[in-house]
Amino acid sequence: MRRLVPRLAAVAAFLVTLAACGGGTNNTSQTDVGITSDSILLGNTIAQSGPAAAYGTIGNAELAYFNYVNGQGGVNGRKIQFKILDDGYNPAQTVPLTKQLVEQSPQVFAMFSGLGTQAQTSVRDYLNNKKVPQLFVATGATTFMKDFGSHEWTIGWQPPYQGESRIYAKDVLQNHPNAKIGVLYQNDDYGQDYLKGLTDGLGDKASMIVDKESYDVTAANTAAQLTKLKAAGVDTLFLFSTPGFTIKSLVTVTLLHWEPTIYLNSVSNPQVYMGIAAKSGAALKNVTSVSYLKDPTDPQWANDDGMKLYKTVIAGCATCKADDGFNLYGVAVAYTMVTVLKQAGSNLTRQNVMNIAATQLNDSNNPFVLPSVKIQTTSSDHFPIMQEQVITWTGTGWKLQGSLIDERGTIQ
Amino acid sequence: MGRLRNSPPRYLLVAVVAVFLIGLPTVISSFQASEWAQALIFAIAIMGLNILVGYSGQLSLGHGAFMALGAYISAILVHRYKLDYLLTIPIAALATGVIGFLFGIPSLRLSALYLALATFALAVVTPTLIKRPAELTGGVQGILVLQPDPPATASDIFSAVTGTSMTSDQWIYYVSLLCLLLLFWLAWNLLRHRPGRAMRAIRDGEVAAAASGVNIAAYKTLAFGISAFYAGTAGSLYGLSTGFVSPDTFPVSLSIQLLVGAVIGGLASIPGPLLGAVVAYFLPIESNQWVPSQTWIPDQIASTLKNAGPAVSYGVLLILIMIFAPNGLVGLVRKGYDLLNRRLRGAGDREAGQLPQDPQTV
Amino acid sequence: MQEFAQQVVSGIAIGGIFASLALALVLIYNAMGLVNFAQGEMAMLATFVAFALINRGMSYWFAFPVTLVLAFVAGIAIQRLVIKPVERGPVLTLVIITLGLATLINGLAGFIFGYVPRSFPSPFSSDSIDLLGVFVSWRDLGVIAVSGLVLLAVYVLLQRTTVGLTMRAAAHHPEASRLLGVQVSWMLALGWGLASAVGTVSGIMVAPILLLEPNMMQSIIIYAFAAAVLGGIESPLGAVIGGILVGLTVNLAGAYLPGVGGDLQLAVGLAIIIAVLLLRPNGLFGRAATRRV
Repeated sequence: MRRLVPRLAAVAAFLVTLAACGGGTNNTSQTDVGITSDSILLGNTIAQSGPAAAYGTIGNAELAYFNYVNGQGGVNGRKIQFKILDDGYNPAQTVPLTKQLVEQSPQVFAMFSGLGTQAQTSVRDYLNNKKVPQLFVATGATTFMKDFGSHEWTIGWQPPYQGESRIYAKDVLQNHPNAKIGVLYQNDDYGQDYLKGLTDGLGDKASMIVDKESYDVTAANTAAQLTKLKAAGVDTLFLFSTPGFTIKSLVTVTLLHWEPTIYLNSVSNPQVYMGIAAKSGAALKNVTSVSYLKDPTDPQWANDDGMKLYKTVIAGCATCKADDGFNLYGVAVAYTMVTVLKQAGSNLTRQNVMNIAATQLNDSNNPFVLPSVKIQTTSSDHFPIMQEQVITWTGTGWKLQGSLIDERGTIQ
Repeated sequence: MGRLRNSPPRYLLVAVVAVFLIGLPTVISSFQASEWAQALIFAIAIMGLNILVGYSGQLSLGHGAFMALGAYISAILVHRYKLDYLLTIPIAALATGVIGFLFGIPSLRLSALYLALATFALAVVTPTLIKRPAELTGGVQGILVLQPDPPATASDIFSAVTGTSMTSDQWIYYVSLLCLLLLFWLAWNLLRHRPGRAMRAIRDGEVAAAASGVNIAAYKTLAFGISAFYAGTAGSLYGLSTGFVSPDTFPVSLSIQLLVGAVIGGLASIPGPLLGAVVAYFLPIESNQWVPSQTWIPDQIASTLKNAGPAVSYGVLLILIMIFAPNGLVGLVRKGYDLLNRRLRGAGDREAGQLPQDPQTV
Repeated sequence: MQEFAQQVVSGIAIGGIFASLALALVLIYNAMGLVNFAQGEMAMLATFVAFALINRGMSYWFAFPVTLVLAFVAGIAIQRLVIKPVERGPVLTLVIITLGLATLINGLAGFIFGYVPRSFPSPFSSDSIDLLGVFVSWRDLGVIAVSGLVLLAVYVLLQRTTVGLTMRAAAHHPEASRLLGVQVSWMLALGWGLASAVGTVSGIMVAPILLLEPNMMQSIIIYAFAAAVLGGIESPLGAVIGGILVGLTVNLAGAYLPGVGGDLQLAVGLAIIIAVLLLRPNGLFGRAATRRV
């Protein structure tokens, strides 16, 4: 008798495990790997530790939104499960973690919002070969949208860096046609992509750029580069840098008693960072940027329904700070993801979802992007967001200028 | 009451582990094989680090840099010159070994602390240095490495055994395993004979070693060269296994991870590197995922472990091991055997007259 | 010409930041004969503690000394708990432990405080002064001035007090010191406490400039090592001069050396370390050590 109970238990455990492993096939409507009768499993790799950990909160914000949607009943009766793995921004980790999500049970239906240009490049071929959707990657590197032809299972979301700097080029040509332009850029794909967009956007006026200086993320500061730019006679300065360096550069510019017109990129423009720059001594005169998202610290959205929804959603994330623009980004892109899943209806196959995301996307009610920003793709255009609005710094906040500028179709 | 041998028959142990590793891919999934391949690759790098740090006593904290060198040499040869990847492995290993040897020459003049400092700085600067010659290295974009299909014979054998065809990941696992076994055999022979004794003599007392006629300079630079050779091999395999090389795949944390592995396994032991590699490689992965999924661990602890990240676990582990088990896991195992031995022999039978076991012999 | 002068001044300014951390490294070396790889991280964490105190309403001038005391105590505690057990061990063990400490503290700071950069108050104005067309910020001047004060204090302590003498004796000749009745172990602990406090001063001074975040010190630690090595790892004066020289070299090389550019500033730091260690291991102000056989 003493041996029987453990034996029975073992057999029972075995049977239960067998049942659990075997489960998951649905025989009504079309489904795919990662879909069960009541859940959809999405996978994500993002930096939650190490030097790029500041971005990690994006994953948590996305999770918060999915939890919110699940609380409202989910998508067509299914709850979204979201598995976030920390790759420390190291592509050598992204690869095994992605393989794990794709090949280990429970296998994900799709990869969503993977962060980092190098990281997502490292798994792009793998995911495409395996025909797993690489949806709405969290990077503006233009290649993820431009090279759809060779990677039909990959699609971006945010405006490409090149698209953004094309808008800066337009603005400069219009408002500062005699500018002497100087560029400070980070020496990686991020900075180089922005620089290319600016140069392309200026076209035959590219000679307006009188000097460009790069810096490495290991630099202690950018004083040497900014001094050179100032000495070159630059009166219009572009900062294509990550937030920490942008803030420090803004301070250095003021310390040099230099007052150029400044353009800074959207990743660095959340109001929270501008506040830090101001406290650290930056004058922030004549600062321009662009935006496509609503800024959580902008009082003009205080009573906006979308912003209220954001605040409700983000309260469900214990570690997320509501002021952090990264979190708003996360919620916004998660909204698009849910829209796609809803649009897929009962045809929840990878192929169908990919088609919708890359060629039939029409997320026209996203409450977190600026009004009138269209999030859409067609069979010939795989850039979901190509509109941004110029914003200028008033001293206490960003002010939207003019109307949305559309760059759709300019990047081939 | 029987008497335990002082340590188990070594050949048997090696054979058992080898058989286990050879059979492993047949029972685990393909992507798990790719993870194990990376652990084996770490083991190769750590074996090299062990030779340098554990045996010859030279404190190098920059092994990630040598791995990067090996990886990039292979990747560039394949990408630009269309060489077969397997061919590039020995080339990358040899080239890295030579450069390591050259590195060893100026290192002779540096004290342990300064060498640690200089190599640490090298590890930190490595990504920056890779980015610079962008034409050659692909700069920030990195180089994609095509993972080769398994050759027909290997695939046939595999299907005969398992019934499924071999994937690229599994083939790469076997290539890594082969390299590991070869390099293990090399290290074993090296360290049990004259070079090993010479290096240990140098590590334990340079002046005495010199007085005994050991050519310090030659052995130290040799150690550097061999160590770099191992790291270069590991780097080359690393690029293959990941399928991608870029500056961000060789951060300073890689060098620290290798050091952690070497220390955990047990410095100056031959089996240590494999043990240490497995722990160092799987620890962050498991603490990130396995822990949060265990419901019996209270939420607070689980989310703390998950969010604090591998850094905290590594840091704590390093400190605890260096304080309580400086000879690593292998050291602990040996202590265990010694303890067991003494118990089995009975209280009356003292060890009077027995020379203490040299903890560094395998 | 003015550009060059500005580059020189900027170089000196950043050099001051390197010097302030290098002072802590030098103190530890004087106390222990070893470099503490975790020095920067300890300083960063202490600065976060100050930040937390200030956030809770404590005034800056109260939080500063309170944090210094806490850091001093923490330094001693770390020495007792983590270093003492392996005191007599090989260099390797100690180096690995300090590396482990660095990793641990960095991860801890990230976990507790998050990775978003924050501004930190400074007693110095955020303006810059105009010296004949060349601009230097008050905060940078402040860092240099404070480093100078710390240097003076450290020098006086090490060279002119019994305590300092005992500390150095304990570090260089532990056995002889023990015979003379010196509590070697507690001298080491004292050294750790002092180095921790000096590092904290550095952290609090540079945080307003570098922005407070867990990776704050990582961006300058290599340069601080270069400064300490260049100046002579035993010499506090060397740390300050070394810091300024490193700052100048890195800035000017970045601005003017073709092929280097702004990208390779850190590589210049590495080159300085290697060059000094190979050509003149004792740095500018260190004393040549004789090896007794």
